[in-house]
Amino acid sequence: MTSMGWLLPLVQILIVLNAVLIAVTYMVLLERKVIAWAQSRLGPMRVGPHGVLQPIADAIKLLLKEDITPARADKWLFTIAPIMSLVPALIAFAVIPFGGHARIFGRDVPLFIADVNVGLLYIVSITSIGVYGIILAGYASNSKYPLLASLRASAQLISYEVAITMMLVSVIVTAGTLSMVAIVEAQLHNHVWFVFVQPVALVVLFIGGLAETNRTPFDLAEAEQELTGGFHTEYSGMRFAMFFLAEYANMIVVSAVVTTLFFGGWLPPFPNVGWLAFLGWIPGWMWFLVKCFVFLYVFVWIRATLPRYRYDQLMRVGWKVLIPVALANLFVTAILKVWL
Amino acid sequence: MSLFDTDELVINMGPQHPSTHGVLRVVLRLDGERVVGADVVIGYLHRGIEKLSEHRDWQQIVMLTDRMDYVSAATSNLGYCETVEKLMQIEVPRRARYIRTILSELQRIASHNLWLGTHAMDIGAMTVFLYNFRERELILDLFEEFCGARLTYSSMRIGGLPLDIPSGWARKVSAFCDLFETKIPEYEDLLTHNRIWKERTRNIGVISGADAIAIGLTGPPLRGSGVPRDVRKDEPYAAYDEFDFDVPIGSAGDIYDRYLVRLEEFRQSLRIIRQAIAGLPEGPVVGKVPRLIKPPAGETYHAIESPKGELGFFIVSDGRSNVPYRFRVRPPSFCNLQALPRLIKGHLVADVVAMIGSIDIVLGEVDR
Amino acid sequence: MLEAIAFYGLAALILGFGVMVITARSAVHSVVFLVLNFLAVAVVYVVLGAEFLAVIQVLVYAGGIVVLYLFVVMLVNQKRTPEAHHDPHRKTGLGIMLASAVLAEVTAIVVYTASAPSASPIPVSSPVVGGNTEQVGWLLYTDYLIAFEVASMLLLAAMVGAILFARRMD
Repeated sequence: MTSMGWLLPLVQILIVLNAVLIAVTYMVLLERKVIAWAQSRLGPMRVGPHGVLQPIADAIKLLLKEDITPARADKWLFTIAPIMSLVPALIAFAVIPFGGHARIFGRDVPLFIADVNVGLLYIVSITSIGVYGIILAGYASNSKYPLLASLRASAQLISYEVAITMMLVSVIVTAGTLSMVAIVEAQLHNHVWFVFVQPVALVVLFIGGLAETNRTPFDLAEAEQELTGGFHTEYSGMRFAMFFLAEYANMIVVSAVVTTLFFGGWLPPFPNVGWLAFLGWIPGWMWFLVKCFVFLYVFVWIRATLPRYRYDQLMRVGWKVLIPVALANLFVTAILKVWL
Repeated sequence: MSLFDTDELVINMGPQHPSTHGVLRVVLRLDGERVVGADVVIGYLHRGIEKLSEHRDWQQIVMLTDRMDYVSAATSNLGYCETVEKLMQIEVPRRARYIRTILSELQRIASHNLWLGTHAMDIGAMTVFLYNFRERELILDLFEEFCGARLTYSSMRIGGLPLDIPSGWARKVSAFCDLFETKIPEYEDLLTHNRIWKERTRNIGVISGADAIAIGLTGPPLRGSGVPRDVRKDEPYAAYDEFDFDVPIGSAGDIYDRYLVRLEEFRQSLRIIRQAIAGLPEGPVVGKVPRLIKPPAGETYHAIESPKGELGFFIVSDGRSNVPYRFRVRPPSFCNLQALPRLIKGHLVADVVAMIGSIDIVLGEVDR
Repeated sequence: MLEAIAFYGLAALILGFGVMVITARSAVHSVVFLVLNFLAVAVVYVVLGAEFLAVIQVLVYAGGIVVLYLFVVMLVNQKRTPEAHHDPHRKTGLGIMLASAVLAEVTAIVVYTASAPSASPIPVSSPVVGGNTEQVGWLLYTDYLIAFEVASMLLLAAMVGAILFARRMD
C-alpha cells in the first residue's frame, strides 16, 4: 500500500455515492417513462428532449420546497427518520462489486469499495436497519394513517427478511463463501451462473426484494388509495425526497444483489464458451450495469401490471409460501452440497 | 382493565381521501386493520338540486340533471325528459328514441370505463385506469361531436333531442364499437384471471340476493347477487323493447361478480348500440311539444336503468306554474351506498376502498 | 494509536447512548438510543476484527429484536406522559444498594484482572481468508455443541410458549 492508500477508497466512495444518487434520480425517470409507455402515454416530455432533464427539475423542486414539520410531531424523530431510511440504503453499496479489477493510470484498481468477507450478511444486516426509518416516520408524524402504514411496513419487512435471509443462505452454501466478490468468482470457476443452480432462490429472493423495497404488489405501506400516502404522508420537501431516494436506492441494491448472486455479476454471459469470448471485450462494469438495468426494468414492469395484495394476504404469502419454500430449498441445497 | 387493554382506532376516511371517489366520508372504527364499525357521512357535495329544480322552468332542469351523476349525464337527462314526457303524454319520435338509446348506452360504457379504471386503481392496478380513460376519451369525443360538450351534455330535451346527429356520426359510433370490442380483452387480461385481483375481490363484500333486495340495491350490485332486475328489460323505455340483449347476473354476490357483471354489460351495450345503428329510422328528432311546457296537474314516477342502477324521478306538477311543484330523485348511488356499512364490517381497511369502488357511487348523485 | 482513539471514541459513544437510553423522556427515544448503542457496539467488533459478530449484532439485535421493542413501546402506553409515572412504592433505597453492589463488583473485577498477570493470552484471530466466520461456526459446532443445542432448545420452548400465548388471546 502506498502512502496515498487511503485516498483510493475515498475516491471510490465519492464516485459510488454520486453515481448511485444520479442513478436513483434517473431511475425515477425510467419508471415514469416505462410506465407511461405501458399505459400508452408519453411520460415527462417538457424538461429537456423527451424529459431527460426531468430528474434535475424534480430534485430542484424538492430541495426548494418548504419543509414542514407538523406541530404535534415528535420533532427529533421526525428529522432522523428519513436519515435512518436513506443512510442504510446508501452504505449497502459499499460491498457491491461493480466489476473485477481494472487498470487505471497504471494502477490495479478494484471496482468495489470493500471486499468484506461477510459481504452478503453485511447487506442483510444493513438493510434490516432501514426499517427504523419507516417505523419512526409513522410514529413521529403523530398521525393515524402514517402509523397504520408504518406498522404494516415493519411487519412486512420483518417477515420477508426471514425468507430472504434463508434464501441467501442457500446461495452461500452453494458458493461456499460470504464475500460478494468471491461469489462472483465462484460462478466463474463453476462455469455456471447460479441462476441455473438455484432458480427457486432467485424467484423467492426477487419476490422478497419486492416486498423489502415496498414495491407493487407489496406496496401496502405507501398504498395511496388506502392510507393516503403511507408512512410519508406528513413529509414534504427534502425529507420526503430522502424517503424517495431510499426506496429507489433499495431497488438498485436488490437488483445489484440479484445480479451478483445469480447472474455472475460483472462476468460476461458464458465466459467459458470459446466462441463467445468476444463478449469479454465489453468491460465488466458495463455487463453489471446492463444486468442491473434488466432487473430494475422488471421492477417497473411489475408495477405497471399488477394490483396490490392485501395486508393479510401478503403476510400469508410470506409466512406460508415463501418461508417453507426457502426452508425446503436450503434443506435440499445442504444435502446436495454434502453428498455431491 | 385487562393486561392487554386495546382501544379502537377511529379514522376518518375522507372527505379528502384519494379513493372515496369524491367527497364521501367514512368514519371507520378499527381494531388493528379490521373494521369493527363504519359510519358513512354524506352531504359534502349537496347543492340542493331537487329544491333548485322547483324554481327552474321545465327545460332548464335538464341542465341541473347533468350535474347529478356527472360521469353519466346523458342517462340523467334521459330519465328526467322521459318523466316529463310521461307526465305530459308527449309522443317521442322513433328516431329520437333510437338516438337516445345509443347515447345512453355509450354513456353506460363511459361510466363503466370510469368505474373500472378507478376501481382497479383502488386495488393497485394503475394501468387499467389509463386504458379505460383512453377509451372513455373516444366516447367523449363522440358526445362532443353530437352536442358540443364533453361532460355535462344537456343532450336531451323534453320531447326529443336538441338536434339531429351530425352526418357520419353513426359510422363513427360503429367504428368505436369495433374498436372497443378489441379493448375489453385488454382489461380482462390484466384483471379477470389475475391471481392477486381474484384474491382481492373474491368472497369480499358478499351480499345475498335477498339482502340486496331488502337494502334496495339496484343495478350491477343487485345483478351481481343473482337478481336479474334491469329496468331496461322489465319496464322498457326509450327503444329498449326493440333490441335483443341479455341481462348478465352473478352468483356469489361478491366484488368479483359485480366486476364480471359490468364487464359483460360492456358487451351487451355494444350489442344494443350496433342494433340501434343498423336499424336507425329516418324522421324528426323532436315530437309535438307545446311552446310553453306546463304539464297538467298530477304526479308521476318514472325510472330508467342508469349505469349505477335504477334512477327514478318523481315529479308533481300543480298545472298552474311553469315550475315543478315537487321534484324528487331516487338516485341509485345513494341507495346503493346504504349497503356500504354492512358490507365493510369485519373486513380490512384495504377492502373498504375495494367495496366503495365495487358499488360504484358518484357523490354528485348521492348528495345532489 | 489509531485503534486506541477509535476504541475510546466508541466507548464514549456507547456509554453516552447508554445514559441516554435511561434518561430519555419518551420510551420511543430510549429505544432509538438503544439501537444507536448497538450499532456503536457493532463498530467496536469491527475494530476488533470480528466482522461476523458485528454483522450478527446488527442483524439480530439492532435489526430484529429492537424492532419488536419499538413495536411494543409504540403501541402500548402511548397516552400516558412520563410525569404520570410516580410510583409511591418505588424502593429507592433498595435500588441504590443493588446498584452500588454491582458497581463494587465490576470495580473488583477490573482491579483484579488488571493486577493479575494475563494467564493465557487469547490468540488474536489472524486475518485469514474466510475471516472469523468459519472459526465461529467451527467452535459452535464442536467445542460448544452442547451449549449451542441447549440454547436452541430454550429458544424453541420460548417460541412454542409465544405461540400458545397468542392463541389464547383470540
